[in-house]
Amino acid sequence: MIGFVILALVMIGSALFTVTAKKPVYSVVGLLLNFIALAITYLTLHAEFLAVMQIVVYSGAILILFVFVIALLSSGTKPFEPGPNRMPRVLVPAVIFGLIGFGAIVAAVAGTVFTPATIAGATGEANVFGSVADFGTALFTRNLLPFEVTAFVLMVAIIGVVLLAGDETPSARRPPKRTREPISPPREPIAR
Amino acid sequence: MSAPVEAYITVSAILFFIGVVGVIVRRNPLIQLMSIELLFNSANLALVTFARSWANNDGHIFAFLVITVAAAEAAIGLAIVVIVFRKTTFVDVDEVATLKG
Repeated sequence: MIGFVILALVMIGSALFTVTAKKPVYSVVGLLLNFIALAITYLTLHAEFLAVMQIVVYSGAILILFVFVIALLSSGTKPFEPGPNRMPRVLVPAVIFGLIGFGAIVAAVAGTVFTPATIAGATGEANVFGSVADFGTALFTRNLLPFEVTAFVLMVAIIGVVLLAGDETPSARRPPKRTREPISPPREPIAR
Repeated sequence: MSAPVEAYITVSAILFFIGVVGVIVRRNPLIQLMSIELLFNSANLALVTFARSWANNDGHIFAFLVITVAAAEAAIGLAIVVIVFRKTTFVDVDEVATLKG
């Protein structure tokens, strides 16, 4: 329980830091801390494969993408400007909607009695619930179609990104290749 | 499971609403995208918690799909940020009002 409290405090604190940081780079650092704490939380929930995926995909791929974009955008002449503070204008509706939504979730959870199933075996043992073999069996037998749709989604995303950011403007495209002039005159058709 | 289900769900809800506040309040599109990642992650935490509670794998599968969609969303969102920045040099979503939405 004490471990969970520490993890929860780290997650909430790093999330608050992510949201309130002045510069996006600081937000990335806070988000990284949040993802690592979340991966450890997954380990306490018998989801070891998802914990690894959390580190690999989120911290390794998505956050690096964010860092690259921040570096790309910050390398221009004009640095990021914080802009006017919108907090006072939206604070009241944000707090009202946040409290309503949070209260609804807490009420729904508090009105239900959860009895967690007991799982034989500890996290990290082979063939226990949440192990890689267990996850892979579920993914490639019962959920094969969602897995393949995932591949399609990623392909569409890649094509969309290339279309969006690949070429600057249509006029900036390369001129068409000059066709080579034929060295020898075209051969006359063979008379039959 | 070192803590009751309710504790995990409460943390998930707190993270979700921190992310919502980030999307609403911040005007830097990069930080807004990171707040959206927070939303995805809080939903994943709830999914994994209930998967553990029921000892059922489907929550893990769903969380895996959410991670994939989050990766695609981040890539496309960042591409949009990049092309907007090429035109305006000012990264603030209030300045991007070409469509007058």
